[in-house]
Amino acid sequence: MDNRTSVARAQILNGIRRALRRDALSGQARQEAEARLAQPPRGPAVARANLQHADKVALFCQWAEANNATVARVAPDQVTGEVVSYLARNNLPAQAVVAPGADLDLFDWGSQTLLSLRKGRAEGSDPVSITGAFAGIAETGTLVMASGPDHPVTLNLLPDTHVVVLRESDIVGGYEDVWGRLRARYGKDGMPRTVIAITGPSRTGDIEQTIELGAHGPRRMHILVVRE
Amino acid sequence: MQSTAHDFKGNVGAALADPNLQDSLGKLKVGFSERRRQAAERLPEFEALRDRARDIKNHALANLDFYLEEFERKVTALGGQVHWAPTAEDARRIIGELCRSIGARTVAKSKSMVAEEIALNDHLEALGIAPIETDLGEYIIQLRREPPSHIIAPAVHLTKDQVADTFLEHHGKLGFTKRLTERNDLVAEARHILRQKFLDADVGLTGANFLVAETGSSMLITNEGNADLSNTLPRMHIVLASIEKVIPTLEDAAVLLRVLARSATGQESSSYTTLNTGPKRAGDLDGPEQYHVVILDNGRSSVLGTEMQDMLRCIRCGACMNHCPVYGAIGGHAYGWVYPGPIGAVLTPQLVGLEEASNLPNASTFCGRCESVCPVRIPLPSLMRHWREREFERHLTPKAVRQGLALWGFLARRPRLYRRMTALANRLLGLFGRANGRYGSLPLAGGWTRFRDFPAPEPGGTFHAQWQRRRQ
Repeated sequence: MDNRTSVARAQILNGIRRALRRDALSGQARQEAEARLAQPPRGPAVARANLQHADKVALFCQWAEANNATVARVAPDQVTGEVVSYLARNNLPAQAVVAPGADLDLFDWGSQTLLSLRKGRAEGSDPVSITGAFAGIAETGTLVMASGPDHPVTLNLLPDTHVVVLRESDIVGGYEDVWGRLRARYGKDGMPRTVIAITGPSRTGDIEQTIELGAHGPRRMHILVVRE
Repeated sequence: MQSTAHDFKGNVGAALADPNLQDSLGKLKVGFSERRRQAAERLPEFEALRDRARDIKNHALANLDFYLEEFERKVTALGGQVHWAPTAEDARRIIGELCRSIGARTVAKSKSMVAEEIALNDHLEALGIAPIETDLGEYIIQLRREPPSHIIAPAVHLTKDQVADTFLEHHGKLGFTKRLTERNDLVAEARHILRQKFLDADVGLTGANFLVAETGSSMLITNEGNADLSNTLPRMHIVLASIEKVIPTLEDAAVLLRVLARSATGQESSSYTTLNTGPKRAGDLDGPEQYHVVILDNGRSSVLGTEMQDMLRCIRCGACMNHCPVYGAIGGHAYGWVYPGPIGAVLTPQLVGLEEASNLPNASTFCGRCESVCPVRIPLPSLMRHWREREFERHLTPKAVRQGLALWGFLARRPRLYRRMTALANRLLGLFGRANGRYGSLPLAGGWTRFRDFPAPEPGGTFHAQWQRRRQ
């Protein structure tokens, strides 16, 4: 830290302490704050998503559709067929950029001879992306994407159409359940660079407060919820 | 931006006479507030979540130094860098230096009110760096060289036709020479033009809705996805956030998320809620090489521990302005600086000085709708009242108002004289106005009667007189 930075830092932190009429946090107050970081207390529970797992899946699908995504509930052996069929139904090209991770390799892409796939990050010209998801949130029909070598962030954003393959077992009740899964998977000090919670396609209400889809991100989002 | 808050009354006159603005405001009044009401009703826990949201922000403010240091520690551990900016000038300098360090020519900006507060765009332009606003509303007003008129809907003052004219004027030279009439065509044209700018930008600059101390993450919420493109495509990501944005944990963020979108637009959830933590990792195929967080104070720390501290709980949802009858009549520009509406009437005197902005906390009937919808329960009318008291204490109140209050104070301390004077006024007003029940003009009350009649007193004498009779 150069000198100017440390002076500015001290100026702000000391200004806060002066205003709060105390020194740096110590004693019991510090212990309480540290405990809060170590064991974060949850806020009021939201009853809506406190359901049996099958009902959580149904609630997820309901809210995802309410937020302008489309949903297909499929068996594992129907995944690739549904992707091809979805693209055809919507007059979209049978070509897509796919998340590099091994998750999607479980499905039989080889049987879809008309579908042309490339693994990698998305470029501005890619019309369709296909990815998995870290989790789905039943409370609001939200998908959670954790970035990494297996899931470049651009796949969520650049193509006009985003096809997401979500396993039923990855659907949870609320955000708090996702945080728990993130800590379990990445450790408490290892957040992925980007965690994006996506609810439906990109949209804007900036012209006369009327919602238009496809502002900067995908115009269409199709979610395949896979039975297990 | 240069404040015109001192000329609030002039601004109001212009706003009331602007037919396009009045047209747009008519749509605002029914849109956001009705959708918020429905969203709140759909969630039985909404009021309990508001209480919790208030408590979380109060806790964070009481331990602000601790959580800011924790946040810094986490950011640094994951390869990012935190910069501290006591003043707006410090923040501008730091961001300018960061841009220059990689020879940046363009900056893709995602909507940030703090960037407006420090007038960042002017500074970048002076350095020869082009800032490109990428939120659609911000993009529209950048083309028109206007400030935002609402904190979440910056172009809410414009009609579709005005946007169409603006696009034709500015996109014509890029080959888009057709005047568009449909909203989706306007959105598509802006998307097309901005997509290339995203791909070309050297720096992505975003604000932050929250800074999470537990993980060192900045949290950003948008509907368009522009913040995500800003933090993923350019080589450097700069987050600009003020000190009060820090909250302890992800669990706290979950509570605040549940009240934020519902209060703002009535959505169950915004389309994109993003946690960014540090730069691109080993093996990542995209993401910025550098990640910087600039933390701005700009006078906020001095509000801590005072009767005004509650203003720092604000999470910038815009509900107070969506429900304010004054904002609904005059729009955001009339407030004369960056933050409009009730929260602007409270923040602006703090950030630009009470001398400049003393009109704003007076522009309220204290109807209380703002407080009743605030997701973190900021007592906005009380805070405006505190400013009025300070204004009076510091002798900033106009002479006529001071003299009027002094006269009223004189009478109010002499109850018998007060009763006699009010009874006399009541009789006189009744005598001349009872025939048609109202006055079209009155001496000393021209400001009132120019726009509406003044009611004549009902028969039966003053309140005091009626009360006396009733008790007998």
